[in-house]
Amino acid sequence: MSAPELAGGEGAVERCLALSRADGCLVVVRESSSANLRWAGNTLTTNGVVKGRSVSVISVVGEAVGVRSASVLDDLESLVRASEQAARDAAPAEDFSPLVDGQAQPDFSTPAEQTSPSVFAGLATDLGGAFRAARTDGVQLYGYASHDVTTTWLGSSTGLRRRHSQPTGYVELTGKSSGGSSWVGQHTRDWSDLSVPVLDAEVRRRLGWGARQCSLPAGRYETLLPPSAVADLMAYAYWTAAGRDAAEGRTVFSRAGGGTRVGEHLGPSGLRMWSDPADPALATTPFVVTTASSAMSSVFDNGLPLPATDWVSDGALSALVQTRSTAAATGSAVTPYVSNLSLDGAGTATTDEMVASTERGLLLTCLWYIREVDPQTLLLTGLTRDGVYLVEDGTVVGAVNNFRWNESPIGLLGRLSEVGRSTACLPREWSDDFTWARMPTLRVPDFNMSSVSQAS
Amino acid sequence: MSAPVDPAFLALPMREAAAAALQAATDAGASHADVRVERLRHQDLTMRNSRLEHLSDSTTIGLAVRVVHDGTWGFASGPDVSVAEAVRLAGAAVEVARTSRPLNVEPVELADEPVYDDVTWVSAYDLDPFDVDPADKTALFAEWSEALLASDDVDHVDVSLLQALDGKFYADTAGTTTTQQRVRVQPRLTATRVDPGGGFETMRTNAMPAGRGWEYLTGSTFDWAGELARMPELLAEKAKASSVEPGRYDLVVDPTNLWLTIHESIGHATELDRALGYEAAYAGTSFATLDQLGTLRYGSPVMQVTGDRTVPHGLATIGWDDEGVQTQEWDIVRDGVLVGYQLDRRMARQNAAALGVSRSNGCAFADSPGHVPVQRMANVNLQPAAADPSTEDLIGRVERGIYVVGDKSWSIDMQRYNFQFTGQRFYEIKDGRLVGQLRDVAYQATTTQFWGSMEAVGGPQTYLLGGAFNCGKAQPGQIAAVSHGCPSALFRGVSILNTAREGGR
Repeated sequence: MSAPELAGGEGAVERCLALSRADGCLVVVRESSSANLRWAGNTLTTNGVVKGRSVSVISVVGEAVGVRSASVLDDLESLVRASEQAARDAAPAEDFSPLVDGQAQPDFSTPAEQTSPSVFAGLATDLGGAFRAARTDGVQLYGYASHDVTTTWLGSSTGLRRRHSQPTGYVELTGKSSGGSSWVGQHTRDWSDLSVPVLDAEVRRRLGWGARQCSLPAGRYETLLPPSAVADLMAYAYWTAAGRDAAEGRTVFSRAGGGTRVGEHLGPSGLRMWSDPADPALATTPFVVTTASSAMSSVFDNGLPLPATDWVSDGALSALVQTRSTAAATGSAVTPYVSNLSLDGAGTATTDEMVASTERGLLLTCLWYIREVDPQTLLLTGLTRDGVYLVEDGTVVGAVNNFRWNESPIGLLGRLSEVGRSTACLPREWSDDFTWARMPTLRVPDFNMSSVSQAS
Repeated sequence: MSAPVDPAFLALPMREAAAAALQAATDAGASHADVRVERLRHQDLTMRNSRLEHLSDSTTIGLAVRVVHDGTWGFASGPDVSVAEAVRLAGAAVEVARTSRPLNVEPVELADEPVYDDVTWVSAYDLDPFDVDPADKTALFAEWSEALLASDDVDHVDVSLLQALDGKFYADTAGTTTTQQRVRVQPRLTATRVDPGGGFETMRTNAMPAGRGWEYLTGSTFDWAGELARMPELLAEKAKASSVEPGRYDLVVDPTNLWLTIHESIGHATELDRALGYEAAYAGTSFATLDQLGTLRYGSPVMQVTGDRTVPHGLATIGWDDEGVQTQEWDIVRDGVLVGYQLDRRMARQNAAALGVSRSNGCAFADSPGHVPVQRMANVNLQPAAADPSTEDLIGRVERGIYVVGDKSWSIDMQRYNFQFTGQRFYEIKDGRLVGQLRDVAYQATTTQFWGSMEAVGGPQTYLLGGAFNCGKAQPGQIAAVSHGCPSALFRGVSILNTAREGGR
């Protein structure tokens, strides 16, 4: 059962393509290598070092498609045949398009890159120090560090051979003390830009703000949403941005009476929301890779280069997510989904500067348990988490209780009173699936805190 | 009689690999080691307006080794099942434990458990969904979709079918060896009605995901014909219904909705790892802390809740957990008071005195070979009333209220206090009778106030096993399927929001 000699993504792709008797064939191989550490109450809890693999064979027969995936390399012929049979049994695919042409990328034969627990060596030493200091100071630290390197190979019967290696690392640190609860999180590609003492200091600064605590009732408050909170909200809006769904009249991006809201102003002029796989700080896979078609993706588009795409440009909705199939059906440009998201309003103020210019308002840390309540307005609900701070006359004067909020990210864009400076950030809730974001702090004059949460 | 274990799973060299890993771990000084070999099959199907959107079919195989070395956990996993790989992973797991040791100040000890020598368990189902031709599946859903689309009140129909077949082999250094197989399905159809003047409304089938095979789609367990026949008219009525006036209402909550409120506000809140703070940085903690065991007034005296991993067709039902603990049923809330938690072997040992237990109740699970077992939720069930009142009886006791049917949106805070839920349908109750649907409804409450306001529960005739495939917890993130059995129930004076007004419409 051990991996046979053709181990390696290139070998698996070539072998599957050679076995294929379908009209067209795509093969996606992913090999992942990951390590993780988790801690709670100033001590380690779980850990692990994990390798994973998947091989997906996408067979095209006529205009029908069949997809089969497996994690082992020892019976690729069965996998290819099962995929072909699935295609022969299927009706023509609604999203059928010719497979993407292309050539071999020079690094296609490079083996998968690996990570190991040794990437945490410096982090573990620093964490040990942070734990010792926390015990002395009556602080409890909780958190998680993860590093994953996934190598993807994509090959097609049309000659395309593409490879991408994606490092994804992040760390989250939560502190709890008599000053309440605080949180920081950061993504990283290689850990060189990440400092536990810096993160710990920010956790401690925020716990210090909690030295004075007060209660506030539900209501609408002027609120500073920091980058992590904005990222969680905007990511949700992005996932709802399928062009086809909008054209069918069933999303917040549908125009009453038919068509979509593309062209309509959603936010202040100068506001730009975009995705760019080549963004050096947020680099992600620069071509389409998908093993399942949906409103957001088409298996026939595999290998299509992903350009930078503006979703909101100068405050107006400028594009929705379009596959080649949905773009053709709606007369739109082809704008596939990209796995990062940036928002910028040409603001220059840091979060601290925005606090300094606040007469009275709330400063949030992050959001949690975000779920859709009403798709027509994209009303979302959720909680504030790990620190809500009252700002008076430009200073944080204390921590207040958490709230349940009900707000729409699209509605918010139209009510912004200030857009701060954009910075790379980790979306707190979606970091598992959506790590790469760059967002500003947003000032909302009337954020809807629907009720008080007793959670601390 | 249960189905046979999939021969393709049994053909993996799991016993040789497990023996080699356990030996290698022991030789390297591990005080405990366990090995899992898993083969997980998933087939997902989606359709859009009766046309296939995708049908994906995957098989994931893996080998996982977990050790306790010098009082510290170590875990390693990979996709190949062989003796050589097992030895390598055992070494890697011990190495992870060694490098983690300096950060660990709480030595790992596990509660005792009897040894189970080579036992086998297979869940209750008739027809393995992976033995059914996918063409037959798409044909059935296409027929149902077409029937819905034939109505003027339905513009779009979306189908989602999730199917899983889990093969799990477990062996540990104490001598327990288990081989298990589970099947589950989650079929859903959603109808959407688009108003030409703008706006839209949806309605989803209320068939609950279940630990059943393909017979769930073709047999009489769920009334598919009736559900689909009613949907267009119900959807049209919902789209034209009055928008709710916010305020306090009495609620009769149908089990198709109540299961999710139980999941969030009781199931997660009585996970001991949350109560102890292990999930503080991610899933969250719990207001129901261990020091309140036996005294916390969780709800009204009619509230009886059990944890259960044995009920047939339950999504969290299995014979043994991922620590070799035989599964059980036990009390969590008795007469409205907190009396129990969900445990794994480490927490059972560490907190034995406070819990008054000597063994785990079998709640350690990993969702895949690449993940470490963590405490996961049992089927947490609200018990019905023996006198067997009907849902109509409960509605009859309400002067001004709302009857809530079907689950939709859910959200609860990090300590399981404040929650907000919506549903598929809300019916206005006036003087003990339903008088038509309302729209834009959400109910919001605090856990103990909500359960404290529960005046009555329905009887066995109203009892239903609801559930979900997608319960998330832990880092790295894990997904688990879990069921919640419950009757209809009557709650007094619950806060109702108007979601259109919340959204500024």
